[in-house]
Amino acid sequence: MCALCGILGGDDHWSDAVPRAGVYTRRDGPQARRAEAARRAKVLNAVLASRGLKFRDWQGQYILQTLTGQTQVLSMISHVWAEGGRMTGRPMDPLDPAWLARIEDAVPDEGGAA
Amino acid sequence: MIPVTVLTGQLGAGKTTLLQRLLTSPQMAGTAVLVNEFGEIGLDHELLTPLEGEVTLLRSGCICCTVRDDIAGAIRDLIDRAARGQIPPLTRVMIETTGLADPFPVLSTLSADPVLRSHVAPGGVITVVDAINGPDALAEAGGMARRQVAAADVIALAKRDLSVPAQTQGTLDQLHRLNPVAQLTFADAPLSRLLPQGPRDWPEAPETPAVAAPGSGHGHADLDGIRTLTITRPGAINWTAFGLWLTALLDSHGDRIHRVKGVLEVDPGGPPVLINAVGWLVHPPQHLTRWPEGVPHTRLVFIFEDLEPERIRRSFEAFDRLGHAVAPLPG
Repeated sequence: MCALCGILGGDDHWSDAVPRAGVYTRRDGPQARRAEAARRAKVLNAVLASRGLKFRDWQGQYILQTLTGQTQVLSMISHVWAEGGRMTGRPMDPLDPAWLARIEDAVPDEGGAA
Repeated sequence: MIPVTVLTGQLGAGKTTLLQRLLTSPQMAGTAVLVNEFGEIGLDHELLTPLEGEVTLLRSGCICCTVRDDIAGAIRDLIDRAARGQIPPLTRVMIETTGLADPFPVLSTLSADPVLRSHVAPGGVITVVDAINGPDALAEAGGMARRQVAAADVIALAKRDLSVPAQTQGTLDQLHRLNPVAQLTFADAPLSRLLPQGPRDWPEAPETPAVAAPGSGHGHADLDGIRTLTITRPGAINWTAFGLWLTALLDSHGDRIHRVKGVLEVDPGGPPVLINAVGWLVHPPQHLTRWPEGVPHTRLVFIFEDLEPERIRRSFEAFDRLGHAVAPLPG
C-alpha cells in the first residue's frame, strides 16, 4: 500500500519516484507530493486540452475523461499517453507537428492569455 | 544499494576473455557475476568452494552464479544468501548477457522487480566491441550491435592487436559518434577504467583513446540513420513538464531512441540531476554531487535513428515553456 495516498500498489514512475538514497524526487513529504501532483495535473490538462481530454489525479489514481464523458481510471501515470491516444483515436506523439503547434499555442503570453 | 552492471557485446566480441580477467582479479572480490554457463568460461582451476545450487566462490573472492531461468530471482537469492552470511557481502553484481541480447530487457526486469528496487541500483553497462568484426555489425541500421553500443556507459574495444592502427582509430571514431556519452577504452585496460563508476561521476568529457589522430581512421562502415542531438540550456528546466514529455516521447519512439543521457538543472541553484534512459527504460534520476565543468547547465544527449533532431528539440522546448507557464515552482 502506498503510505502517502492509501491506495494499494502505488505508482513509482521515474519522474515521481519513491524516496530512496541518491534518487531525485519531489515526494519528500505529503505536502510536496500533493504540490507536485497539482503541477502535473496543470501541465497535463494544458497539453491534453487540444485533444479534448481532461486529467485528474484522485488520491494516487489517474482519471482521464473525454468531452463526451468517456472515462478511464489509470493506476500509472505512464499510461496516460497510450490510453489518451486510444480514447481519442489519435496517437499522442509529441513529435507530431500539428499537435506540437497546438501545444505551443497553449502557452499563455506574458499577460496571462493563451 | 548494490550496483548492478551489465556486460554485453556481440557473439565472439571478447566478453569471455574479459570475464576471465574480471573473475580472477582480487579487485573483484565481493562481486557476484551471473553467467550463462560457468564451464564455458574455462576457469575450473580457479574454483575455491562450490556452494549450494549454482553458486561458486572463486579464489579471487568473486562469486560466480549460473543463471538457469530468472535473473531477478538469482539476484534475490544472492542477496538473501549474503544477508545470512552464506556468501561474502556483495559489493557489485555483474550480469553477462548472451551475444544476441538487447541489454534493455535485462535492465527493465531489474527495475520492475519490487524487491530488487530497494536493494540494487543501476551500475552501468559495459559493451565489448570486436575491433575486427564490430564495424560490420555496427553498420546494420536498427541492429542489435547499435543498441548494445548506445546503451553503454563503458565501451571496451577488444582484439585491437589484430587490427592496424588506422582501422582501430576508424572504429574508435565510429564508436564515439555512436555513443558520445560513453567512456571509450580498450578491453585490456586496467579494471579501474573498465568498470563503470557510480552515477555521481558523470565524466566531464568522456576520454577517447587514440591510436592515430582522431578522425584520421579508415576502413569503418557508415553509420546510416544514426543521429545524435545535444540540447544545452542555461537556467532550470521545468521538471514536471520534462517528466511528462520524456515519457510521451519514449512511449511513441522508444524503439528508435536508443539512449537519453544528461544532467539537468531542475531546481534553481540546486544540485544537478542525472537522467539516463535506455530504450523505453528510464533509470531513477540521480543526484550528482557537482556540476560537470562546475557550472549549472542542462545538457541532454539523445542517440536515435530515423527521427528529425530539430523536431525533438522543438518538442522539448514547447513542453518546457508550457510547464514554466502553467506549473512554475513556488518562489
